[in-house]
Amino acid sequence: MFKKLRKYQFLFEELVKRDFKKKYKRTVLGMAWSILSPLLTLLVMKLVFTQFFGRNTPHYTTYLFCGNLVFSYFKESSDQGMQSLMGNAAIFTKVNIPKYLFLFSKNVQTLINFGLTLCVFFIFCILDHITFTWKFIFLLYPICFLVLFNIGIGLILSALFVFFRDIHYLWSVFTMLLMYMSAVFYTIDKYEPAMQNLFLLNPVYLFIRYFRKIVIEATVPTIWFHLLIIVDVIFVLGVGCWMYKKYNTKFLYYV
Amino acid sequence: MSVLEVKNVSIRYMMGDFKDIGLKEYVIRKLKHNYHIQEFWADKDITFSLEKGDMLGIIGTNGAGKSTLLKVISGIMEPTKGHVKREGNIAALLELASGFDKDLTVKENAYLRGAMLGYTRKFMDETYDKIIKFAELEDFQDRPFKQLSSGMKSRLAFAIASLVQPDILILDEVLSVGDGAFRKKSEAKMREIIQGGATTILVSHSIQQVVEMCNKVLWLDKGQQIAFGDTKILCELYQKYLDKKITLAQARGIF
Repeated sequence: MFKKLRKYQFLFEELVKRDFKKKYKRTVLGMAWSILSPLLTLLVMKLVFTQFFGRNTPHYTTYLFCGNLVFSYFKESSDQGMQSLMGNAAIFTKVNIPKYLFLFSKNVQTLINFGLTLCVFFIFCILDHITFTWKFIFLLYPICFLVLFNIGIGLILSALFVFFRDIHYLWSVFTMLLMYMSAVFYTIDKYEPAMQNLFLLNPVYLFIRYFRKIVIEATVPTIWFHLLIIVDVIFVLGVGCWMYKKYNTKFLYYV
Repeated sequence: MSVLEVKNVSIRYMMGDFKDIGLKEYVIRKLKHNYHIQEFWADKDITFSLEKGDMLGIIGTNGAGKSTLLKVISGIMEPTKGHVKREGNIAALLELASGFDKDLTVKENAYLRGAMLGYTRKFMDETYDKIIKFAELEDFQDRPFKQLSSGMKSRLAFAIASLVQPDILILDEVLSVGDGAFRKKSEAKMREIIQGGATTILVSHSIQQVVEMCNKVLWLDKGQQIAFGDTKILCELYQKYLDKKITLAQARGIF
């Protein structure tokens, strides 16, 4: 495995570079746009929803930003990841290289975007008078597992996209629904406890909740909460890897 | 001790409904029992083996299964039946000009391609100038790839690919790139590689080229192995067949 990584390091670097150049078309604004767009979403949500949910929610801006930060990273990663295999069909049908490299390369890019937005997020935290505690270290946990989760989802979607091209539309409908179910802009404490537990089935919500716990409430979630995240991530990654392993030499029949 | 052994290799393609239908359509057709797949054998029961330093020419009309066979030999596809045994590393140059990225510059594409072929960055840094010189693209290095003519693209592809020092080299129609002058240059380069001891497989529609360069020939027709053996006799037969002087059955009988 390690030897393989070394062998493909150069290729991986070149793929990352290529994706970067193509995405931003060598413009400065391209890069700025990727930060601006989640900020605009945040602004609109803040303007619209403060009336409904903002009054009783402390640090509502930060509350919203936590949701947007996680969700936009998830959405971008899964959207881009889905195209990664099909978009490189011309390459993998001619050269025998590990196909997951295309996805990883896209994930590097979205991770960088996420990192930039995260910096803006911390600036907003300061503006929102959030006290920074040592517990912020714990944010590394949801971040690491979110990266892995996104890779897993990307593996599954990119493989599925080769077989079924309409996954693209179905997924965009699904992500929209998921957004409404992830409590990005509302709070769930008005629901009954049983209903509240249902939210825990949504992995994206778990990540958002983790962020809010640490940043706004300054408490570390329970051990069960941590385990739940791990289980979700392992499941998604497992399915993704299995699909890539199973269909590794069959993808090219479908392009 | 043979370097490459292809034994009873058959490759099946699936044809029919499964391509380009979406998930929704797939489910509906499955439910209605209206989902049809046809089999198509691109290659049937191909058997041959090559020794070190052999140069094999694969001949046959369009649709004979040549390119598919090369994909199996290079490991991009897996044979449906039979097996392929390879000794040493393998480099496949299939349909050279495709797989470049039109938005990247010549230089960026050169590095990406080099990475795909398994070169190291150091190696590319050292040989980049040589590549550009060989491809005669000194004045185009920073141009986007889409501005190049197709001849130029193939020239670059060949220049990069011909640097490989593999044990097994696979060439699909690569020697027919560029104008007459470049073709001479590329043939000379190919000879150099072959004399370096590589076992080479060449697909070409030019019988003359096969006669000049190869010591063994594999004749395929519609996925069937017509003959495998000495170049001279086979090429003569093939020419006769093309001129419609003999039929396939006769050719088989003579051989």
